[in-house]
Parts: sequence; structure tokens; C-alpha cells
Amino acid sequence: MTTATVSRWDRFRESFFWYSFKRDKVAIVSFAVLLLMVLAAVFAPLLAPADPYDLAQINIMNSELPPVGMSGADPAFPLGTDAQGRDLLSTILYGTRVSLMIGFGAVVLQAFLGILFGLLAGYLGGKVDAVLMRIADVQLSFSTLMVAIIVGAVFKASFGNLMFGEIAIYMLIFIIGVAEWPQIARTVRASVLAEKKKEYVDAAKVMGFGTRRIMFRHILPNTLSPIFVIATVQIANAIISEAALSFLGLGMPETQPSLGSLIKSGFDYIQSGSWWITLIPGLVLVVLVLVINLLGDWLRDVMNPRLYKG
Amino acid sequence: MALLEVKDLDVRFAVRGGDLTALRGISFSLDKGERLGLVGESGAGKSVAAFSILNLIAQPGYIAGGQILFEGKDLAAMSERELRRIRGNRIAMIFQDPMMTLNPVLTIGTQMVEAILAHRKISKKEARAIALDRLQKVQIPSPEKRLDQYPHELSGGMRQRVIIAIALLLDPEIIIADEPTTALDVTIQAEIMDLLLNLCEQENVALMLITHDLGVVSQVTQRMLVMYSGRIIEQGPTREIINDAQHPYTQGLINALPQMGEPGERLFQIPGSMPSLKNVPSGCPFHPRCNFATEQCKQAMPEYVRSGNVNVACYEVANLIEQEKRMQEAES
Repeated sequence: MTTATVSRWDRFRESFFWYSFKRDKVAIVSFAVLLLMVLAAVFAPLLAPADPYDLAQINIMNSELPPVGMSGADPAFPLGTDAQGRDLLSTILYGTRVSLMIGFGAVVLQAFLGILFGLLAGYLGGKVDAVLMRIADVQLSFSTLMVAIIVGAVFKASFGNLMFGEIAIYMLIFIIGVAEWPQIARTVRASVLAEKKKEYVDAAKVMGFGTRRIMFRHILPNTLSPIFVIATVQIANAIISEAALSFLGLGMPETQPSLGSLIKSGFDYIQSGSWWITLIPGLVLVVLVLVINLLGDWLRDVMNPRLYKG
Repeated sequence: MALLEVKDLDVRFAVRGGDLTALRGISFSLDKGERLGLVGESGAGKSVAAFSILNLIAQPGYIAGGQILFEGKDLAAMSERELRRIRGNRIAMIFQDPMMTLNPVLTIGTQMVEAILAHRKISKKEARAIALDRLQKVQIPSPEKRLDQYPHELSGGMRQRVIIAIALLLDPEIIIADEPTTALDVTIQAEIMDLLLNLCEQENVALMLITHDLGVVSQVTQRMLVMYSGRIIEQGPTREIINDAQHPYTQGLINALPQMGEPGERLFQIPGSMPSLKNVPSGCPFHPRCNFATEQCKQAMPEYVRSGNVNVACYEVANLIEQEKRMQEAES
């Protein structure tokens, strides 16, 4: 007898997820743009005409050259150069890479903390729930930026500028990750509260499974849809937070700029006519955040259990 | 010694304004390979009884007294770790709604393999082989394919077969089936019931069948318990109770069954409904609905009296037995 083994790929292609993706033009375009940006960022070292981190490649004489198509442009620098004479295209590619790394990194940390605490609070309930959720409330009552500014200032003062430049990326991931975990924890807790009343959880208990196994193996997979949706939106938020911090001078140093610090570095020259240094990275940031949010919206609609679980 | 012996079990729910007694003085036993029916209206405490056997009553419920002896060891006093070794392994449970009991995001195979690995130290491959064997036992069509399917890809009847297969995975001594066919199509109900019955007979598994279907109980079980408002009011051999019910409540239940061949007659109905746990009547909880109720019934819960092989908690029955005795003495 030949059993028709259905591969994961076939399953995926028959899924509602794929079906609704194919029919949604906004989702397709957003995904394509995001994929392009992610690939460009990942392969930045291969794609970029210059290495903005390599001081030897920078010539101060090339500073503030406009993008191609304007008078005085140098074809070697298609998007122009910044105030230090770095190729803007290369710098944006590398900057997108930094921004995305911080965005993803922060959300991974958020998701780890949020899922762990949300599951514990929702499933165990009682005192554990009360304590964890009060901590979350306290945490949320501080604005992310305020916490980040304080921590960033302390870091900067204690490590000095040079050292700070090396650890800035980890510090930003840590700050944004820790500051925003309650968002995910609350979402997880809410769906765990709904899931744990379902009979399959009773059935799992009756089968003799331990608490940990029931929490992580049985309940967690059932709460993944809202986690996915909120994580997507949180990536966009984290990128914005990072840009805001960098713009305030508390984020990535100019030697390894993110999109936010690029915008900032150009901001000083915008009055003197060098608008491209700020505007182009700004546009990249807006597009990046926009497509992630659009994808998040689409995910929210698709993963709404009321729409497809019947 | 009986396989399972429940002695004087009290279960309460701690709610605002004091405890509510959900089960009071429940005592019964279950022998190896025996089939026991547990009947009663909704809210009589049947499901609470089933869950308390596994010591799994949800908060705020708790076992307030009594013993649940499984092979002589008290489940009510066992640690969570020891209990886990028994749940699913020695005592399995089947739930009412097969749509809800399987985890929607895991394949049938994953769920079965996991259930085995939670109790046995064997390889995944061996576990899968056991899972396949059980699926074959429950006569599911193309069992190999089912292992890789998700619950939503199966019909209700097939899902209940899978659930029976899961219950049989680790060769338990007891299966507790909580209304296993209620959520199914009538045509499937009989099939599933037959299957469960045959498998229990084959594997010599004791079955505790919870239902409000007296028809099923009379066909499947050897002994039965009738519950009302958290108490067992009558227990004994199924045939004796069905043919000659002693307690007015059991009589009412049996009279309320539709009979074949008598068209155009109104079905018998027990007046009123079961009291809620919040205001259980004094004395015998059935007295407000009982035609034979006397002052005595309102005072105190009647003790069990023996009539034939049946234990009944009813003053009326006790009085009748008393009268009979006196008449016999007078004759002799």
C-alpha cells in the first residue's frame, strides 16, 4: 500500500495562510520589499561598493557629494556621500543591517521573557500571576525611551565612548528587549488563560503529563498566532525605538551607524543643503517600518482564530 | 481486594461564602475487568467523581475526606509525582467531546508518541509502533496515514476512536469514560460503544462508564451506581436495578425512558429539577420531588438498606423491607 505522505511543503501550499497571502496584494508587495531589504542587509558586505567601517577607504575630500542626477555628483557614489565622505549607499546597507539586527534581537529577547513569564503567569495563576503581572505593570509605567536614556547614559559614562561603541548594539538589544517584554507577556497570558480551560489540557493532565510539558508543549503552540502577530509589530517598534535613541545620540555611534544615527548625522547638515544624508536613510526607515507593520496587520487578520478555526 | 475502592469520598468546592459539597460519602468498588455504570442527571456529580478518582479536581474543588484506594494505595494522599505515574498509565480517561480533547496543533502521532514516552523509556520508533498498533485495534481506516494527520482532518467518530486508542496506549487497568458517545452522531454512538466494550473485554480492562443513557448502561455494564445531588442513592447489579428499581428516583428515571410499541402516550416526567449545590434540601435531597416523601425524609439523610443485592438510601424502601420482615415473622 502506498501511503500518500504529505510533506510539510504540500501542507503549507494547501493552507489558508498561503491562500490568503496569494490573494492579498499588499501582503505580497510588503513581503517582497521586506525580503529585499533583509537580503540586502544580510549581504551588505558583498553588495556595498565600499566598507563604511574601514576608515582607510574614506576620503574627506568626497564629503557631502550629492546623489547621482544632481550637479556635482560622482558616479562612484550613487546616493551621494555623508559629511565624512562615506558612500551613503554602503552606509545605508550597513545601517539597515544594524537596525534589523537590533529589531530582531530585541524582539527575540522580548519574546523569550514575554513567553516565559506570560506562560507562567497564565498557567500557574494565583500568586505567581499577581507578582509577574505587577512587575509588568511597573515596567510599562516607565516609557521605553526614558529607561533607555537613563541606562544608555549610565553605560556611556561608565564605559567611555570607545568601549561604548563596541557594546552599543548589545546594549540597545538588551534595553529595548527588557523594556518591552510586558507587551508580549500580556498577550501570551491572555491566550493561555483561554487555552487552559480547554478540554485538551484536562486530557493532557489525565494522561499524566507534568506541568512543564503541558505548558510548553501543549499550550504554547496553541498561543503562537497572537505571539507572531505582536512580535511582527514589535520588530517595527524596536527599530523605531532604536532610531529614536540613536537620533538622540544614545544609540549606535556614528562609526557604525544604524539608520537612526545616519539620520541624526545628516540632520546637522540639512540646513546647508545636504538633505540626502538625512532624507534617504529616513525613507529607508519609513519603508522598512511600514512594510513590517503592513505584514503585521495582514498576519493579524489571517491568524484571527475566529476567521479560520470556525 | 478490589482494584479500585472508593471509601466515603467527600469533595467540596471552596467558594465565597463557604464550602459547597459536591460529593458526599461516595463509596463503591471496581474489580479487575468489571464494567461499572454511573448514572444521574446533569449536575449530580458524575464528572466530579471521575476527576476525583484521578485526584484532578480543578480549583477551587478539593477532596475533603475519604479514600481512593487503587491497588490498596490511597490516591487522595499521593504526591503529584506518584499520581502522574498512574494517570494515563494505569488509569486512563476518555472525555465527552472528541472535538475538544485532542490538541489541535499537534499531529495524532505526536500526541500518541508523547503520551507513551511520558511513561515508558523506549525509543520514538518503538512508541510509534505501539501507537500504530492501537490505531489498528480501534479499527480506524488507514491507520498509518492518521499518525501524520491533525485532529481537524478527522471526523468526530474517527477522533473518538483515536481517543480510545490513546486511552489504550499503555494497557491501563481502568478506563474511565465520561459520556464517551454523547457528542457523537446517533449512528456512530453504537459503533463506538461496541468498540469500547469489545476492547475492554479483550484486554480485561475495567470500565467505569459515566452516562445519563440508561439504555447504554443496561447493555454494557454489570453493576451500576445512581447518583443524585452528590450522593449515591442506589447501587447494585445493573440487571436488578433496571428490572426492579427500588429508589423512587431510579424508578422515575426508568419510567421516563421512551418505550417501544406504545405510541401516543406522554412520557413520564419527574417533577421539578435537581437542586443546585448552593441549596441542597435537608435530609434526603430528593424529597421535594418525591411522591413518597414523609416528614422523616426532611429530617436526615437515610442510611443504606439492602434489598436483594442492591443498596438503597431511602426510608420508603427501608419501611417496606421492615414491613415484609414483620409479615414473614407473623406468618411463621
